[in-house]
Amino acid sequence: MENKDWPLWEIFIRSRQGLDHKHVGSLHAADAQMAIENARDVYTRRMEGVSIWAVESKFIHASNPDEASSLFEPAEDKVYRHPTFYDIPEAIGHM
Amino acid sequence: MSPQINLEEQFQAKIDAEIKIEPKDWMPDAYRKTLVRQISQHAHSEIVGMLPEGNWLTRAPSLKRKATLLAKVQDEAGHGLYLYSAVETLGVTRLQTIEDLISGKAKYSSIFNYPTLTWADMGAIGWLVDGAAIMNQVPLCRASYGPYARAMVRVCKEESFHQRQGYEIMMTLASGSAEQKEMAQDALNRWWWPAIMMFGPTDAESANTEQSVKWKIKRHTNDELRQKFIDATVPQAEYIGLTIPDKDLKWNEEKGMYDFGPIDWDEFWNVVKGNGPCNKQRLEARRNAHTEGAWVRDAASAYAEKRAKRAASKVA
Repeated sequence: MENKDWPLWEIFIRSRQGLDHKHVGSLHAADAQMAIENARDVYTRRMEGVSIWAVESKFIHASNPDEASSLFEPAEDKVYRHPTFYDIPEAIGHM
Repeated sequence: MSPQINLEEQFQAKIDAEIKIEPKDWMPDAYRKTLVRQISQHAHSEIVGMLPEGNWLTRAPSLKRKATLLAKVQDEAGHGLYLYSAVETLGVTRLQTIEDLISGKAKYSSIFNYPTLTWADMGAIGWLVDGAAIMNQVPLCRASYGPYARAMVRVCKEESFHQRQGYEIMMTLASGSAEQKEMAQDALNRWWWPAIMMFGPTDAESANTEQSVKWKIKRHTNDELRQKFIDATVPQAEYIGLTIPDKDLKWNEEKGMYDFGPIDWDEFWNVVKGNGPCNKQRLEARRNAHTEGAWVRDAASAYAEKRAKRAASKVA
């Protein structure tokens, strides 16, 4: 039995024009073209997509979940970045 | 307090707060092991589950039924792949997972070790087997492990068609000639009890349930889901004039649910242990598919290499 393992590909699907590609899962394929062909059969059997991205998993760099609190800490104390931080008189109407 | 205990407490606190666990998050080894076992068993069940139905693909009674059955079998391949992809996020290679199936080390749902003798079995499988699977799977869409829950959402979206097409086959047969109705009844007779057993051993006998519920891998016990399935299915059988093969089955007004007869657990364990009518045949079919498909995989690898070389020489 041969044991050549094909690389793993992460699959992203754009469900319709105007929307972002969204991660849907992964699959194994010999190369990018095969990854896209297989992704069509695995992830878009019911017209779930109009476009497919395949990215070899080894090229994805992820932040470390253990460091999430320090990584995202700078945004935590900046409420002034939100519109509701500012008091505007009601008379002004929608702003 | 040791750091290990602290990590486990933090982990359980996340679970209790309904925060999903993602692949790179810390998790107890036992949680990872339980998930690998459960998700890979589930994936294998989808893959082996193609075999009993594949048996009827070339003999479907009409082009419409054939197209439907083919689509259902394709869905099952897809479901297997969604789930294999989820297993892989837990650090087990795809090759290892497949190897565990064909070596007989890994289990899959025993229901697929029963033969499909007549066309009505395609109806009974869709209606009962997929029906029972849906009962099991809907709560899994909220499982605590993110990749598993997301795979299950996809599976559940597609599964409803499976049950409905099965019930429609049964309905058509049950309203046909006496012979066709008899065929439908016979299929119900053979598939009812194995379908009931799909929910697994009773809660008293189920070793893993308590921990799995605590980890929110499981949301309901085996007995709860089994009861829910029976209560939903009995009226469906009555509607098409078929009889559930259980003489003890009767509505319990007080409890608001059906009472049902004893389950033959000897048969259940016997099939789990490998002695069902089709265990050997199923594993052999998977093994052959893998071995006889080797040249296809080799050819695809060779073609990919050739294509890469050609692309490289074009650039140069």
